[in-house]
Amino acid sequence: MDLDALAGCLASSACLVTQTTSGLIIGMLLFLVAVGLTLIFGVLKVVNFSHGAFYMFGAYFAMTAYQLTGSFALAMLAGAAGTAILGLIFERVFMSRVYGADVLMQLLVCYAFVLIFDDVVRIIWGPEFKSMGMPSAFQVMPLFIAGGVVPPYYLLLIGVALLAAIVLGIGLSRSRIGKVIRAAAHNPGMVSALGINTGLIYGGVFALGGMLAGLAGALAAPVRSLTPGMGFSVLIESFIVTVIGGMGSILGALIGALLLGLIRSFGSLGFPLFTEGLMYLFMVIVLVSKPTGLFGKEAA
Amino acid sequence: MTRTRTPGISRRSTLALMGAGAMSVAAPWVARAQAKTIKIGMPTILSGRVAQLGTSSRNAVMLEVEKVNAAGGLAGRQIEMVVRDSKGQPQEAARVARELVNTDGCELLLDGEASSGSFAVHEVARDLGVLCIHTCSEASSLTADPKQHIPNAFRCVRQGIHDSIVGGSYAASIAKAKGLKKWATCSPDYAYGRDTTGEFTLYLKRFAPDVEVISESWPKLFQPDYTEVVTKILQAKPQALYSCLWGGDLTSYIDQANIYAMFSQMEVFAVNMADYTALTVVKNLPKGIHSGNRYIKTFPTTPENAAWGDAYKAKYNEYPTNWSWQNATAVMFLSEAAKKANSTDGKKIAEVLKGLTIKCPFGADGTVTMRGDDHTLVGYAIGWGTTIPQEPYVPEVKAGDWKTIFELEAEWKKSKGYT
Repeated sequence: MDLDALAGCLASSACLVTQTTSGLIIGMLLFLVAVGLTLIFGVLKVVNFSHGAFYMFGAYFAMTAYQLTGSFALAMLAGAAGTAILGLIFERVFMSRVYGADVLMQLLVCYAFVLIFDDVVRIIWGPEFKSMGMPSAFQVMPLFIAGGVVPPYYLLLIGVALLAAIVLGIGLSRSRIGKVIRAAAHNPGMVSALGINTGLIYGGVFALGGMLAGLAGALAAPVRSLTPGMGFSVLIESFIVTVIGGMGSILGALIGALLLGLIRSFGSLGFPLFTEGLMYLFMVIVLVSKPTGLFGKEAA
Repeated sequence: MTRTRTPGISRRSTLALMGAGAMSVAAPWVARAQAKTIKIGMPTILSGRVAQLGTSSRNAVMLEVEKVNAAGGLAGRQIEMVVRDSKGQPQEAARVARELVNTDGCELLLDGEASSGSFAVHEVARDLGVLCIHTCSEASSLTADPKQHIPNAFRCVRQGIHDSIVGGSYAASIAKAKGLKKWATCSPDYAYGRDTTGEFTLYLKRFAPDVEVISESWPKLFQPDYTEVVTKILQAKPQALYSCLWGGDLTSYIDQANIYAMFSQMEVFAVNMADYTALTVVKNLPKGIHSGNRYIKTFPTTPENAAWGDAYKAKYNEYPTNWSWQNATAVMFLSEAAKKANSTDGKKIAEVLKGLTIKCPFGADGTVTMRGDDHTLVGYAIGWGTTIPQEPYVPEVKAGDWKTIFELEAEWKKSKGYT
């Protein structure tokens, strides 16, 4: 425990800027993965344990597209669009068959695909770790804001994730499709009786969730090494975010992810040997005081 | 209609008798053929972020085994390698090792595990009494600590304490020359990371007493994100950083530290950088990172080492790694020991291995020795230099002195109560 370091940081604008930015980066990447997870749970009532694989595929798709085209924008597009298509196929062919089934069955199917997807990546890209590399546009000196260090790439990352959060929030609350999705989450039978194709909605939501996780993977690819199984640790943290925020709550996922990011960032200064533990401790505190999570709703 | 049995020998019985007869004729021949082959089990990491190292270990072993087999085998028996994936998990490494011996019939073990798994395999070797050569774990305590010692286990790997003595004295000379007094460390949170970092700072301070470690970071093994670690180090404003991160963890760390311009703000000493695994994967390799040699074909600067590196590349279309040379050396030791013992019996080989010196492309003077008292490898080429972003990556390596290593290692062992 190094409370002096933490106190020193809180009293320094440079440290505050650097650590807050660091927390936002970790949090926003987690948000992109967790929001897909929570969206799928909210609408489909499925705990998609294979969600981390979409993060992994997003990173690999982006790396491959970047190697082929040299375009960072195309790499991001490939990561997001590729995983959206993969999510749609996965939902239509496999997941749609276990809706309404026992939770254990759903978990087993998802876990089986975690292993299958890892092996697919191993077969296609090989077992060794890969690195996409930072695009030359971002190989520049970091910005110094109030004495704090902020890499331009991370500003882009935070911006893209924030934009995704805003579009998603407005889309779900204001647009017609958003209303239909919310209605399907609340009462799929009624939505179906009104002549709306719920299968299409479910497939679309799964594809959207996959796309968001894939986008997170693509954004992480320039700074994280790529390896089969890389989605698993992200999945665990995303589950924590989802549970803290409240299963099914998009706002909860955003707040939960940001809190977790900041806890990690500032916790690494004050509690260097307990940074991981802080995350779990925070989850326990939230769940003990509010078992449904920060923004979760009580079951009717 | 009912079928009646005819008296005498039935067709089924005749076939069974013929089969048994054939088996009895063939059995000695089959047994002799089996006896000629010796199975060597190898648990190693073939998946996950460090799979490349495990694969390169297997490749190096196969390269050497082919040579041994072509020359008549291990004391006349052809070697059959049985390589299994431990996924880098200690419990899986132990399970695989046990299965290789008990189920697959392996008579010897080459333990291609990182330190996280090697201690688990060590306990399996202790339990089963099978000859085991650790080929990847650098944690000093594995063989230096007498409590860990078993007569049937050897370590054919560079050792953390050796690296730390050479690295500490090298870093101290740079620290004195450049006035680097404030240091930070960032190493993986497990036996190898803790041991090696502690030992490095011990010798850094010994040779440059006014050095102070002002920040320590211990990211967990295979951590995906180092942002909080990078920013923590930047906050501490050290003049120099030591890290023994390795493989994919090291490349992730460099990629993430790069965009914070960390390498222009401090001198970085990353002991595991000078390995082709990291050197060729990092896309924007910073210039001037100090590193110990891991495997580079230009150090030791001998035709034998260069030829071995080229032969590996010719066969596998990539350069070998730090784990490769260590595994290759283990096969060289096995071959030589079996020849001297004229046996493949683990106990007899173990007796010969103690104190055995062999010719080796990776030796500081062209030879390496399996030290008798602690069953660890000594005499291998060891040195430090700085990186450039293209081949030969570390153009000049300052070689460590084994006389100094032995002296300081003996002191260190005494201070730890190992002797």
